[in-house]
Amino acid sequence: MEEFSVLIGGRAGEGINRASAVLNRLMARLGRYVYMYYDYPSLIRGGHNFAIVRSADRPIGTHRERVDAVIALDRETVRQHASRLSPGGVLLFDSSVVRESVGVPVPLDEALDAEGAPPITRNSGMIGAFCRAAGIPWSLVETVFEREFGRHAGINLRVARRSFEMVEERIRIPRIDRRPLPVLTGNEAIALGLVRGGLDTYIAYPMTPTSSILHLLAGFASRTALSVVHPESEIAVILMALGGAYAGSRCAVGTSGGGFCLMTEGLSLSGMAEVPVVIVLGQRPGPSTGLPTYSCQTELLFARHAGQGEFPRLIAAPADASEAYVWSARALELAWRFQVPAILLADKTLCEGGYSAVIDPDLRVAAPDDRNAMMPGEPYLRYRITPDGVSPLRTVPSAGDVIKVNSYEHDESGTTTEDAEISAAMQRKRREKARTLGEALRAYETVDVSGPDTARVGVVTWGSTAGAVREAVDEQPLRLVRPIVLEPFPTEAFRAAVDGLERLIVVEQNWTGQLEQLMRLHGFGADGRVHRFDGRPFTVEEIVSRLAEVV
Amino acid sequence: MATSDLITPAPNTWCPGCGNFAIEHALKDVLTGMIDGGTPREEFVLVTGIGCHGKMADYLGINSFYAIHGRTIPVATGIALANPDLRVICCAGDGDCYGEGLEHLVFAAKRNVDITLIIHDNRVYGLTTGQYTPTSPLGFPGRSTPAGSPEYPLNPLALMVATGASFVARGYSRRLPQLRQLIRDGLSHRGLSFLEILQVCASFFNQTAYYDEHAYDLDPSEFPTRDVDRALRVAREWDYSTDSRIPLGALYRTRLPTYQEHLAAHRAGTRDPASAIRGFLDERR
Repeated sequence: MEEFSVLIGGRAGEGINRASAVLNRLMARLGRYVYMYYDYPSLIRGGHNFAIVRSADRPIGTHRERVDAVIALDRETVRQHASRLSPGGVLLFDSSVVRESVGVPVPLDEALDAEGAPPITRNSGMIGAFCRAAGIPWSLVETVFEREFGRHAGINLRVARRSFEMVEERIRIPRIDRRPLPVLTGNEAIALGLVRGGLDTYIAYPMTPTSSILHLLAGFASRTALSVVHPESEIAVILMALGGAYAGSRCAVGTSGGGFCLMTEGLSLSGMAEVPVVIVLGQRPGPSTGLPTYSCQTELLFARHAGQGEFPRLIAAPADASEAYVWSARALELAWRFQVPAILLADKTLCEGGYSAVIDPDLRVAAPDDRNAMMPGEPYLRYRITPDGVSPLRTVPSAGDVIKVNSYEHDESGTTTEDAEISAAMQRKRREKARTLGEALRAYETVDVSGPDTARVGVVTWGSTAGAVREAVDEQPLRLVRPIVLEPFPTEAFRAAVDGLERLIVVEQNWTGQLEQLMRLHGFGADGRVHRFDGRPFTVEEIVSRLAEVV
Repeated sequence: MATSDLITPAPNTWCPGCGNFAIEHALKDVLTGMIDGGTPREEFVLVTGIGCHGKMADYLGINSFYAIHGRTIPVATGIALANPDLRVICCAGDGDCYGEGLEHLVFAAKRNVDITLIIHDNRVYGLTTGQYTPTSPLGFPGRSTPAGSPEYPLNPLALMVATGASFVARGYSRRLPQLRQLIRDGLSHRGLSFLEILQVCASFFNQTAYYDEHAYDLDPSEFPTRDVDRALRVAREWDYSTDSRIPLGALYRTRLPTYQEHLAAHRAGTRDPASAIRGFLDERR
């Protein structure tokens, strides 16, 4: 694989995120596939931020330890990351603030002074220098700055031009003759997928790592007929969503583990009242406040068991932006078709990472089958018992109907009951619905499998960790097995995927082995495991070496 | 649809003498009048919490969302946002709305969301058999406070006037004509209608004699007022703990743009998701 990684670092507030967006566009416009990792502490000013923009001649979904260029806006970046440089790699540093270093000095103060530019343009200055050093033509820099900065492009471009001329070309990143793919964060893909799935209302309380879905959709509300609401708490968030769904609005909510804790009573209500909702759950390390801006895979079992009582739910964990788009749309489709809560389980790596994404704006989303035809005559029974457990769904107002939904156990009309026979019938109805949902999922790819048929060892993983595992497996005779749907667990598809394998190694970002526990529950043992729990995602090199230890 | 079946056949399990009967019938009478007057029955939606009041959802033959304890208001808000033409009635208890769900009450007032809130305030937890609530008097000997409640009661009327509710009233379950009028006014008011109903709990806190003796009607030529200071003075006349006269009736009313109106003003654009997605992707290239 031909690839190139550039790391840009500085203090929080120096525009590292924006700089990485510019680098994403530059690499995408060179026809390359991009992955961007963004690492920042939970603060607004100070602290160390860095982003790694990795690009290659084939699709990638992770970064490496090694980088080919480091762009340092401060000394800390040099101190922490210079050692990551590959042989022949380039270190560019702002020589106005970093005094002693080997590499390419960029006297940014001179560039800014010459243009009378504000300090916020320092990131643009460093990118200008990098582009020259990396052999990126000035015309491309201009195009990208204009698209990224819009009416603020002018001063940023002038500073970039100054520093572009301060350095020499050192390397040349290969251009690939291919139409550039847009680089999207997971959150952007999720937001677009929800829109594709027919979202009417998005409701959320801000919480890293899903806040940017709220921001993006709030901006979108002016160009679609979308409502976006930011209420007083996650408790209000999910209950407003359920009220909206009852009144015919397709609602989704977004949060992280802490907010999801507050949503659990609403989740259980959704299960009992059979009022659908989609919950985007972006994982970050806990317990409690934990590491707010870092990543983990610790909420699989929480998502699966949250809420009192037993009720069906859907949990899907996409690995990258393209898949997040599809499964966000599908989560809405399935939640409404089966009148269940659907949880889209993401993590900080996916939510805030950047991916070259293949997005089909015309992705087909099935409309719920018209079950009202199954129910001629009056009165309407919200919880009518049907062979597959799914009742005809009507929402208020429906002329001539009285529509009653209920958190208590209820009869077919939605009226409270404590009758043993009716209670058992309703539990059976919900159980039947879980089975029906599981069967419907067979129509989709619920388990991703890749690798040679001759492989004897399978590496099982889920969610964003797949990016690193896939590349590690590519280099070895191993089979990647990744359940995308985790509840209802796709037992048959998983069995087919591990067919012929002698050993299974499970890679996940937690220390209790949550996927492994889930596998065991469905009859699949693991023979080895690789765990990481420091909040940082796996890199390719780490997976390769740690797999070598256990395989 | 006829209105003769506005009371469902579900067996009623309130205690004899319970104030909920009066609230149920006042609401039924108002709904009957409005439906007979031409409002489609399916445009009414009742949201209830958990507690004795919640059974209203089973007993009234209209659309209902029997929600969970403390969370009636966010559910009602979600319904009202999804369809501003619906008439959303939210019945909640005092433990429900002033205890577990107080944050939502404050935000409903702050937003002036167009719903009608009917609080069945019996000042005791009935369904869990007699604990103190946020409006029980200081010293109330509930089952969780056998030595007497150590807390001062909350004054919900003062709270609502102070936080922005645009219609604030107090009724009493033994003053049926006034109760009907307050519910009717609440339903016709645009914005948050807050109706605090002093409700007799026959089993755990029967205040009938006390309310009969202390309650008086506000002078309709002076109230409801739009003057917050005057409304607050009346709201504070009785502190739910010490002996004083208890004013009944509508005390505060004003017209402010509602939450729904503010949100609708911000909404525009296409219903076509594909073109919105295409537009976003083009900007990202």
